[in-house]
Amino acid sequence: MTDQAEQAAPVVLAVAGLSKSFGKNAVLTDISLTVRKGETVCLLGPSGSGKSTLLRCMNWLEQPSGGAVVLSGQQVGVRAGGNVAMNDRELAAMRTRIGMVFQHFALWPHLTVLQNVMAAPLHVQRRDRETVRREAEAWLDRVGIAAKKDQYPAQLSGGQKQRVGIARALAIKPELLLFDEPTSALDPELVGEVLAVMKDLAREGMTMVVVTHEMAFARDVASRVVFLDHGRVVESGAPEDFFLRPQTDRARQFLQRYAAS
Amino acid sequence: MSGAAIVWEHRDVLFAGFYNTILLFGIAAVASLALGVLLTMALMARSRSVAGLAFAYVDAMRCVPFLLFAYLLYFGLPSLGIRMGNWTSGLIALILYNIAYMAELLRAAWGSLAKDSIEAGHAFGFQGLGLVRRIILPPVFFAAAPSIGNQAIQILKDSAFLTIIAVSELTHAAMAIQTTYFVPFASFVAAIALYWLTCMVIELGVAFVGRVAQARR
Repeated sequence: MTDQAEQAAPVVLAVAGLSKSFGKNAVLTDISLTVRKGETVCLLGPSGSGKSTLLRCMNWLEQPSGGAVVLSGQQVGVRAGGNVAMNDRELAAMRTRIGMVFQHFALWPHLTVLQNVMAAPLHVQRRDRETVRREAEAWLDRVGIAAKKDQYPAQLSGGQKQRVGIARALAIKPELLLFDEPTSALDPELVGEVLAVMKDLAREGMTMVVVTHEMAFARDVASRVVFLDHGRVVESGAPEDFFLRPQTDRARQFLQRYAAS
Repeated sequence: MSGAAIVWEHRDVLFAGFYNTILLFGIAAVASLALGVLLTMALMARSRSVAGLAFAYVDAMRCVPFLLFAYLLYFGLPSLGIRMGNWTSGLIALILYNIAYMAELLRAAWGSLAKDSIEAGHAFGFQGLGLVRRIILPPVFFAAAPSIGNQAIQILKDSAFLTIIAVSELTHAAMAIQTTYFVPFASFVAAIALYWLTCMVIELGVAFVGRVAQARR
């Protein structure tokens, strides 16, 4: 895709002037960013910089203290044309358009792999069971784990669990996929299998926001990186610019720490 | 004639009592668990007044001796114009009393549930009853199975108290045989054996659920 084509792609997610504080502690301050269809945006930054909180604000798992999150033109968490908060049902309808992959997998332990992937399409989106099953099996095949479909999460390795987590997120046919440090809880030798799946998705044009500490992934896969520190966007731009020509001291320090390790 | 032979001769009395005990136990266990689930949902409710009322009920039941509660329903309620037969009144006492315990142990299991799988439920659009039924309750039941089994055994044993309001259950039957033929040892041992047998069956059930749960946590 050329730069111009990317500019022309519709905006899937817009975050505008978002802030979040827990009591007196400001975690996010005046965050604005835009994610266009087909883009992979990586959120980078030191621990405690607010990346995960920002991601969780995007589907209202955390309620921002100020600002707005807009998904394909519709505001998340707030009713159209007013300042009235969405009720649980409206929020759920919004959330079922956004897939999420969790750091600690967060699979449902009492359901088999296949049931985990089928649960939301079947019981939340209320789609036809046979179609859902066929699609779920196809997604599991896609992430290379079809053979485990009748096992329970506890019987899987971390890498396998996370691939099920990705299949579960894909199965709802999301407009946007959120990844919250998807490889941070994995043994080093299992990181590769998860990143490979994510790389494929990015290449196929899935719209994704990824909180990660995998700098190589961000450099090779991201359409754009957003660097956060102390709850503010410090730099944002193409990965080749950020990694080769960081503009700020804080970004330079951050990158040096990773280069050294 | 030995005591055992006398008890055997009147085994129909004992078995009739045993049948009533099983019936009381079965209905009370299922009903208190089912209604306990509803009370648990009230205990976990976001509304403070709903949760407050539910906690008050649980505390009230936990602090009343069962024997006194059974007396209250059978002898006390008629003075308020509510009159029930001894069987019905005994069954209702068992259910109302044990709902509180079931709810309390389910609440404990719910509270210790991994927060992230509930959060994933929210993230994927589950909410309200669907969230509770599909995402929360199944692992709660698996985690609480041993405690539910214990409480079921407690219900079985509490049902023996109902002899004091003349419900013709197993203890009542054993008492009837021993007072008529004066064979206390044999008739009580026979009743105890039947209680024990029932306990074993309950424990087998719990062990089975435990095996099913093993892969699912």
